[in-house]
Amino acid sequence: MTNFLLHLLLIFGLAPLLPGVIARTKAVIAGRKGQPLTQLYRDLWKLFRKDLVLSRTTTWIFRAGPLIGFAVPVLGALLLPFGPAAAPLSFTGDFVLYVYLFGLARFFTILAALDTGSSFEGMGAAREATFSILVEPTIFVAFIILVRISGDFSLNAMFGAVGSGKLLQSPTAFSLILTAFCLFIVLLAENCRIPFDDPNTHLELTMIHEVMVLDHSGPDFGLILYGTAMKLLLSSAMVVNLLLPVSGNLLLDLTAFCGALLLIAVAVGLVESAMARLRLIRVPQLLIGTTLLSFFGLILLLR
Amino acid sequence: MPTSPSAIHLVLLAILLFFAGAVLPMACGRRQRLAHVMGMAGALAGALAGLPAALLFLLTGQTEHVQPVWPGTGLQFALSVDALAAFFLLPVFLLVFCCALYAHRYLDLPSRGGRAARHWFFFNVLAASMALVVGAANSFVFLVAWEVMSLSSFFLVVHDLGDEQARRAGWLYLVATHLGTAFLFGLFLAEYRLAGSLDFSSFEVLRGLPPSGALVFFALALIGFGTKAGMFPLHCWLPEAHAAAPSHVSALMSGVMIKTALYGLLRICTFLPPLPAWCGLLLAGLGISGSLYGIALAALQPDLKKSLAYSTVENIGIILLGIGLWLYCGATGHPGAAALCLAGALLHVWNHALFKSLLFLGAGSILHATGTRTISKLGGLLRRMPVTGILLLAGGAAIAALPPLNGFVSELLIYLGLIKAGLAAAGGQAFVFMLFAALLALTGGMVLLAVTRLLGITLGGEPLSEMSARAHESSPSMLAAMAIPALVCLGIGIAPQVPLALLAKPMAILAPGSPNPAAVIPLPFNADWSLVALLLTAITVFGLFLRRRSRPQPGQTTWGCGFSRPSARMAYTAGGYSQFAQDEIYGRGPQPKVEQPDRLGFFPALRRFHREFRDPVLARWFSPLFIRCAGLAHTCHRLQAGQMNIYLTYIFLATVLLLGWSFLW
Repeated sequence: MTNFLLHLLLIFGLAPLLPGVIARTKAVIAGRKGQPLTQLYRDLWKLFRKDLVLSRTTTWIFRAGPLIGFAVPVLGALLLPFGPAAAPLSFTGDFVLYVYLFGLARFFTILAALDTGSSFEGMGAAREATFSILVEPTIFVAFIILVRISGDFSLNAMFGAVGSGKLLQSPTAFSLILTAFCLFIVLLAENCRIPFDDPNTHLELTMIHEVMVLDHSGPDFGLILYGTAMKLLLSSAMVVNLLLPVSGNLLLDLTAFCGALLLIAVAVGLVESAMARLRLIRVPQLLIGTTLLSFFGLILLLR
Repeated sequence: MPTSPSAIHLVLLAILLFFAGAVLPMACGRRQRLAHVMGMAGALAGALAGLPAALLFLLTGQTEHVQPVWPGTGLQFALSVDALAAFFLLPVFLLVFCCALYAHRYLDLPSRGGRAARHWFFFNVLAASMALVVGAANSFVFLVAWEVMSLSSFFLVVHDLGDEQARRAGWLYLVATHLGTAFLFGLFLAEYRLAGSLDFSSFEVLRGLPPSGALVFFALALIGFGTKAGMFPLHCWLPEAHAAAPSHVSALMSGVMIKTALYGLLRICTFLPPLPAWCGLLLAGLGISGSLYGIALAALQPDLKKSLAYSTVENIGIILLGIGLWLYCGATGHPGAAALCLAGALLHVWNHALFKSLLFLGAGSILHATGTRTISKLGGLLRRMPVTGILLLAGGAAIAALPPLNGFVSELLIYLGLIKAGLAAAGGQAFVFMLFAALLALTGGMVLLAVTRLLGITLGGEPLSEMSARAHESSPSMLAAMAIPALVCLGIGIAPQVPLALLAKPMAILAPGSPNPAAVIPLPFNADWSLVALLLTAITVFGLFLRRRSRPQPGQTTWGCGFSRPSARMAYTAGGYSQFAQDEIYGRGPQPKVEQPDRLGFFPALRRFHREFRDPVLARWFSPLFIRCAGLAHTCHRLQAGQMNIYLTYIFLATVLLLGWSFLW
């Protein structure tokens, strides 16, 4: 029960901070002052109290999309261990459920986008669906690597085995680093960051996720923003779980975990400051490369 | 001794009722309404009689035989049902019930003149022959039923005789299925030679075969049954026939008819001695390539039903992957993983029967309401057909293996089997398992693209044509026929323990002594889900709270990014939706043939742009092969000059040759 509450607290409380950290990092590098770190909290508070505009074209699925996109990361947070805090919901094969839960969220987000009948939303939906084809195998291979290292089938044991210092042993170290790198790329792709997508652009033709949610407003849009932030936190947590050793002191570990999450956000900010968005046709190549890299990590482990 | 001697008689009664439902309408003459009622009553009553019997066999695991007399021949019309047969009979009866209910309004049969009697004749014969194929106790009954099944489904495919596409599809189907049947004849004749009897029970002798002999049988069964099942690369007939048939027939063919071929394959596997490991690997390889190929093409088809048919190729691929891995893991000594893969494959047989027939029936409702199957001419249907829309969405989520629906359960089992085997194996062998798992994940992503395209474009947005704008909701009987599989899909997804418990008896026949999948890996179904339920309730309440607080302001058009008069023509079409994947990811294989004028002259004339999707395997492999065969036959045709003197010369020459031969030896 403690773990349950802790996970909910982290996912609900900490998630909106990460986009703020990214934005602040980018602002500092660009020599600007930047928005407050808590900007997303304020945005959410404002959006949740607003009215909303609905298109005549849309149906219930347009309103179901944001709610499911909000519920799925919360469920995902219950399946994923957060550093020292084991996942409250754990069973054999829960990593398959974890991957397919996000498939469910994507399914409804895409259908909600297509429900508007707009060409912009259709464009974003097509791109989202296409890129997800290439992202899903990478996550899966990463999980398979963890299964192979830990010899277990639940996310708790998979990440737990990594945290207890297996990183330093020679046969697994290199493939774990490769996995962490691949998961970081997946983080950028799944959360629509540069170099895959630019969340701040207003050129609809180049966007993926932002263009899918153009027509959402008010509380629905708030749910989408909240869900996206939570998804970012989960993706970051996977990378952190791989890299952060565990000392055994719960309070220390938890603080280190939260600090590492913020560091990942800083890293994302640094990548965004250093790179430009890739041309759209280059994106599949990068993603296929990442998948192959993760396969390489698997082969290193099997030899 | 059977505990309940009446169960097999119930199956027999079901078959007889089907036959009655086939024959009686033909006897009705002009009274079409009566014919329709009799045909439908036969199908429904037969299905209702068969369902409890199949369930009873599955629960008890008993085997029963019955041999009604077949006067005038020495052949025994022997039926035998065990748990494995019952496993395949259950979806047959369930879906025959749904499809018969659906056909009532779908074909508007009462008003359709002579069509009703013809339709019910072939429909009920198809139902009876499917039950007979699965229940056959000797190869004679099996082959006769198999042939009747092929012919009756052929006549159902060409139900609409005026439709040229249907006739071509039917022809392709007829040729393909008979080529496959030829291999089955070879298989059963060879078995007869060895066993000395046609009875399946005497085929136990085959267990003593040397490995090479077993391989021949396996190859014959693989080609013969693979053709019917739609196994890659022998699937070519499937997308055409399933798209052209009336939708409830597509549902029946895709849902259960091709599964009878899987039944045949599994049944043959029980007769054969343990096969070499690479056979399983070959089957798994064909399965996963078929699923990648099928789903890639499903995402490109402009035709709603053809897209669904290609997705059938994909799902058959997943089932074959599971069966192949079961054989491979069994041969390489991973019994736990083998049990998981087999359980996943078997459960996927049921799951696919349910959600694919649901989707085909839904597509039929759309066709019925709009008169078109072209995805890019639909759109806005969720508003016009709300209930059909929800049912289709449920089917789509199930086929994309999304939780909490049934597709997820069977894929989870196959994933766990794969990874468990990969964990136990070493080196290259482990990599094979891991690679299959990653490819299955790739398939999962591709399914999402295909399904969102199918459902998003047809259900969401504005109507893309006048036909779609005038769509209407289906009649209650059609909706009920779709709701039954949808509810079972949801039930299996939420309480998978129940179907898994039913799997135990068929698995005991296929792999005696195999562990229970739930014992190999503690499956999640008894995890503590109460917190999750609580949380989901809280989120829903939160969503409703937000919803109540904010007043939606409807009546606006979708925001067009500053463009003030958006129209439906600007919306994304099916072709546009899959264009990016088609160009950047799928490579050259599945590209359509595009006809467009080379260049613009000084005086632009009317220009024509035409895209044609032909099955790449059919277009590149089989068509050239058969054209070459035809050419060869044509060359030989010169021997038949049609003149008596030349034939006499042939006879003379043949006699001389034979005489010479007999002198020499």
